[in-house]
Amino acid sequence: MGDVILRMENIDKVFGSAYALRNINFELELGEVHALLGENGAGKSTLIKILGGIYQPNGGRILINGTEVKMTDIGEARAHGIGIIHQEIVLVPYLTVAENIFLGREPKTKLGLVDKKKMNAEASRMVSGLGLDIDVTTVLENLTIAQQQMVEIVKASSFNVKILVMDEPTSSLSDEEVEKLFDTIERLKNDGVSIIYISHRMEELFRISDRVTVIRDGTYVGTKITKETNAGELVAMMVGRTLESFYTRTYNEPGEAVLEVKNLCREGVFKDVSFAVHAGEILGFSGLVGSGRSEIMTAIFGADEYDSGEIYLNGKKIKNKNPMQAIDRGISLVPEDRKKQGLVLVNSCSFNMVLSSLKYVMNGILKSKKKISKLYGEYGEKMRIKAASPEIEVGSLSGGNQQKVVLGKWLATRPRVLILDEPTRGVDVGAKQEIYTIINDLAKEGLAIIMVSSELPEIINMCDRVCVVHNGNIAACLEHGELTQEIIMHYATGGEGNEG
Amino acid sequence: MKAKTSTGKKNILLNNPVVNVVRSNIGIICVLLIIGVLLSFLSDKFLTSSNLISVMRQISINVYIALGMTLVIILGGIDLSVGAIVALSGTVTVGLIVNSGLPIGAAIAIGLLIGVVCGFISGTMVAEFKLPAFIVTMAMMNIARGAANVYSGGRSTRITDEFFSSIGSGYLFKVIPLPVVYMVVLIVVFTVILNKTKFGTYIYAIGGNRESARLSGVPIKKVEIAVFTIIGLLSAFAGLVLSSRMYSGQPSVGDGYELDAIAACVLGGVSMSGGKGRISGTVFGAMVIGFISNGLNLMNVNSFWQLVVKGIIILIAVVIDSQKNPDSPISKMIGKFKRSSAKKAA
Repeated sequence: MGDVILRMENIDKVFGSAYALRNINFELELGEVHALLGENGAGKSTLIKILGGIYQPNGGRILINGTEVKMTDIGEARAHGIGIIHQEIVLVPYLTVAENIFLGREPKTKLGLVDKKKMNAEASRMVSGLGLDIDVTTVLENLTIAQQQMVEIVKASSFNVKILVMDEPTSSLSDEEVEKLFDTIERLKNDGVSIIYISHRMEELFRISDRVTVIRDGTYVGTKITKETNAGELVAMMVGRTLESFYTRTYNEPGEAVLEVKNLCREGVFKDVSFAVHAGEILGFSGLVGSGRSEIMTAIFGADEYDSGEIYLNGKKIKNKNPMQAIDRGISLVPEDRKKQGLVLVNSCSFNMVLSSLKYVMNGILKSKKKISKLYGEYGEKMRIKAASPEIEVGSLSGGNQQKVVLGKWLATRPRVLILDEPTRGVDVGAKQEIYTIINDLAKEGLAIIMVSSELPEIINMCDRVCVVHNGNIAACLEHGELTQEIIMHYATGGEGNEG
Repeated sequence: MKAKTSTGKKNILLNNPVVNVVRSNIGIICVLLIIGVLLSFLSDKFLTSSNLISVMRQISINVYIALGMTLVIILGGIDLSVGAIVALSGTVTVGLIVNSGLPIGAAIAIGLLIGVVCGFISGTMVAEFKLPAFIVTMAMMNIARGAANVYSGGRSTRITDEFFSSIGSGYLFKVIPLPVVYMVVLIVVFTVILNKTKFGTYIYAIGGNRESARLSGVPIKKVEIAVFTIIGLLSAFAGLVLSSRMYSGQPSVGDGYELDAIAACVLGGVSMSGGKGRISGTVFGAMVIGFISNGLNLMNVNSFWQLVVKGIIILIAVVIDSQKNPDSPISKMIGKFKRSSAKKAA
């Protein structure tokens, strides 16, 4: 070790008016595995996209082997020996392994046709060179996810790669497959490839990395030699703030049950889901992605069907055939993906704000501009939306402001039950804090709130009670006092009993 | 304080409907003016009031259909069956009056109903079975065209009834052709529908993001069916006016009307991917097409060449429209050029 192969200095990246990255420094030595650590939205993937030529930085410079380079596009980055393995597989599922590796640069015969023999032989050589045992004539979709990922690595390294970025490579791998991946990483390292390794899993970082750089909210926090640090120190660097002041939660005595769900089932998705949420209460729903949390909510909301079970609103049995009915009954759902499900991005802020509560802004059959601007004013202020004008496209706002428009839109329907699915996903810290304050205020006003979230600190600090969903079942319902990350994860991953 | 007054002024400007229409259609208005100036030089007949009135009458049929097409395209769909519905409603209405001796009112009602039924069927197929509008309406195009030929035996039927022909050939105050009057009324009605009603809002929402619209409580299927039914009705109405003006019901009319209507929308800036567009834009688009064919007529260009010219103009318009998207090749080229010239300047 010793030679610095890559140096990113004072990197700035601005989206709209918000800094995604500010003054980031990152350094990679030859043959090192350097972990990049940070919370969701800290700016890791933005930094990687700048390195890969997908984004252009607004400031700072990139040096490779001491000379400044400009990564104008993906091809340029590749020419500098940078390979990126994304979280999702980006290969063609219906082509063979060899065809995927050589896609776009197939060896040709004299007639100009693809020289399959040569291609397969070359691909085999590469695959075995990394100590892998994969038949290169297999169609990709017949491989396991782990094998596909290995093919990605083979492909990336076939471009004479010097710097290999791996973005959460183990997120969908079994323990055994992770071991194989680590073997491959060791091999690459010995071949002189330097690796940037992004992962949330602490134990992996300590096994595989030589150094760790932590970024937080788009700024550089520090770099540590892995052997000389510990998980506690890294978490403190990552979080970097006292959580107590970040969340606002005033406890109120919950009122009567507003929404009750009994034995709700949908074949293969969720089973026997029962719970109740009370006025003034925030009920959390935790669980792994794909555990069925969101599907339970969309079923209650009438956006998806359920096979059996009962839903009671204020003691009266209801069944929402579609979202419209749910809205009329006073149930609102802030969906998890604001761009795909929450907003009509090409339309204006005020258009989106009133879309679900048009009945409040009509004069007869015509929309009243006055009423629209009054409603927008009221909820825009309540949500503290920062938009130049109510008429600008909502897609041009920052993530946080977009999320506030979605929240405002759903509050404008005047709900009694508010279901929030990942209410702070992809919003910056400042907006997060504001959203927490808003949610707390709403609970104070007596709204019954259900909050689905993957972020454990958020769940732990904001919720009165938490239902942990595992495989479509509510594995446990925990009271505020007994909430810790460990206990929630214990149930979310299928742990039994209360030994957590 | 200063900032406040300036936004106040801006709001007054923004709230003025005329300023708004000009602002949002500035591109197509420029095109229209250029064509107008060009034609007034090329032909001394162009700028006469009788010619301008006749252009307006010529575009009116296309505008009725294009209004419906604007709704359909904003919704994210397309309707290819409009021309065939024009023919079907015209032949059936005339046939019912001439051959079956039905009262004119009843025959007109049936003619319009045919359009409604065709549109309703297309809309139901699209909404309930989630079939692509392109395919559904292409099938409907064949059905309606075939039915028109079956009903009439492929022959045109003459009609001499005075009241019926006054529908398309009459004048208001002896100056304004009735088809132009209908056009103005429909433009106003559809502008209000699209901008001011729940229904219009829902159309934008569905075309902009179907899933968001669904989760926002928009009755997607009802809106889809309604929009296709409306364009069916408008096409049938166009068929009535057309057959009245031609004093006959002809099963072969309306060929290519779908393309004229789509062209008017595209020229007027209605986004083919849905979610965006204005009635005013479509009307200007239809006017551009009308001016061009009128000009070519005045210059005695034959109709085959007119088709070529029309095609080229639509292509140009689509290219220009696509450039609003920052990922398009021309936008990238412009971006690169701007960057390199900025560098040089630095």
